[in-house]
Amino acid sequence: MGRLTMRASPVRLKSRRNPRTAVTYEAETAKYATLVLEPPDRPRGSAVRLRLVIQLEGVTKHYPRSNRPSVEDVNVFIDKGEFVFFIGPTGAGKSTMIKLLLREEVPDKGKITVGDTDVTRLRRWKVPAYRRSIGCVFQDFRLLPNRTAAENVAFALEVIGKPRSVARRVVPEVLELVGLGGKEHRYPHELSGGEQQRVAVARAFVNRPLLLLADEPTGNLDPDTSIEIMRLLDRISRTGTTILMVTHDSNIVNQMRRRVIEIENGQIVRDQARGVYG
Amino acid sequence: MRAKYVMSEVFLGLWRNISMTVAMIITMAVSLTMLGAGLLLYGQVDRIEEFYQTNLEVVIYLKKDIDQATTDQIETEIKDNDLVAEYDYESKEEAYKRFEETFEDTPDLVKSVDAEALPPAFRVKMVDIADAKEFISQFEGREGVFQVTNQREILQQVFDILGGAQRLTLIVALVQGVAALMLVANTIQVAAYSRRREVAIMKLVGAPNWFVQAPFVLEAVFAGVIGSVFAFGTLIAAKYLVIDGQFEDLFKLMPPIPMQAILILLPILVGVSAVISAITAWITLRFNIKV
Repeated sequence: MGRLTMRASPVRLKSRRNPRTAVTYEAETAKYATLVLEPPDRPRGSAVRLRLVIQLEGVTKHYPRSNRPSVEDVNVFIDKGEFVFFIGPTGAGKSTMIKLLLREEVPDKGKITVGDTDVTRLRRWKVPAYRRSIGCVFQDFRLLPNRTAAENVAFALEVIGKPRSVARRVVPEVLELVGLGGKEHRYPHELSGGEQQRVAVARAFVNRPLLLLADEPTGNLDPDTSIEIMRLLDRISRTGTTILMVTHDSNIVNQMRRRVIEIENGQIVRDQARGVYG
Repeated sequence: MRAKYVMSEVFLGLWRNISMTVAMIITMAVSLTMLGAGLLLYGQVDRIEEFYQTNLEVVIYLKKDIDQATTDQIETEIKDNDLVAEYDYESKEEAYKRFEETFEDTPDLVKSVDAEALPPAFRVKMVDIADAKEFISQFEGREGVFQVTNQREILQQVFDILGGAQRLTLIVALVQGVAALMLVANTIQVAAYSRRREVAIMKLVGAPNWFVQAPFVLEAVFAGVIGSVFAFGTLIAAKYLVIDGQFEDLFKLMPPIPMQAILILLPILVGVSAVISAITAWITLRFNIKV
């Protein structure tokens, strides 16, 4: 939290001088342009093992009565702050993995641990509290059309019982962070696709989740806008948030050079530290 | 803050689906009116029984040509009977006087009856009216006795009618109640569909289940409460317009339905409809909104 406010504050200062914050955001993100292409210096398997955020051990899920993609004996370990791409053809089981991590589905076999939570043994009534530790971004943004950008973000705080004073303080901060300062009161239909996705990212990040799940977040965006969203996700990842992103965008994967996990027919066929789309 | 959000969602949900809301409230009101009427009848049977319990008599009608000796003998037997609390002899003349008083509004009828036509009688109050049968069997067919009637048996017919009416109201209440609950389930489904975006986001960001479900359950409860208030109003109107109004003479035969008996129905109807609506909504949600 401390790190973030520090990083966000220069932007706020700039935006006071210049109301056209989109420009200032560009100026600000330019500083990170090189970083985007260069993974953080954190080699896997080094002596300092960071805290594991995701552990999937022998996770198996079948859908006997439908042809939804299943997963078979998946083993994945992801550290805190890692940025991981999930790639693979449609129907390989990527979305099933997301559903399992969100506890929308329960595996037939195996164990899923996120943070300190054993997701497989989580009681039903504890699921909402668990989901608060996860942020979610989707291809279709999933914003409420009758609420402004700020209200959409505030909604996520309201419904988990945060007082309004918290929303008043945190929402402008996080919108500034995602580069939407000055557009807080626009409705989703008044925003571009990229801007809508920024609102969605702000909403996912406003609770400072341990883990951010992104299911094809750039799927509906043009290449330039996609790069901007990826820069944003990269910045969030640098705050220590683990990011798991499902994507079909080979350009992004090849440019970012992060850990790549490839799935085919419900099984992991590749797990590479600085992978490419392949 | 959250309460305000929930309430605005409740009214928005009801308004968006206004025709269904009205249908739901009307069916609920009809069902609850019938339930209330059934409960009132139930209380009324008790009240009538209590009202007549102390006034119920066994009447031993004597033969018109009975002689004094037989009359005295019967009187002694009644006096010595343990089942009898008190008794009263009614001569032919007294019987005619009572007849005149009872039918003073219809002088033609009184005129058409000969003063000699009415039999003398013993009007007997029992210690316990339940023993009437045993008592009657002792006197029935006895020399000088024309007929023995138990007023309770006449009253029994009134009870049968009331019992039938009560069953009818409860059956209508049940059928309408089932229809009302199906409308509740349907309304909840429509509401859940029209709010699916909000629900999906709420679940995604980890809103507690009660919070996701509260607007829907409260929608049903609100409709239930409004329906029961309408039902209560209908019952009050029925008391003033039907029982105390148009059909006053008909209902004079029985003790009046006290206002208190109707007033006590308000919390009962509100409680019953609120709880049942809430349960129905909650069960519907379990099938519609998966965690």
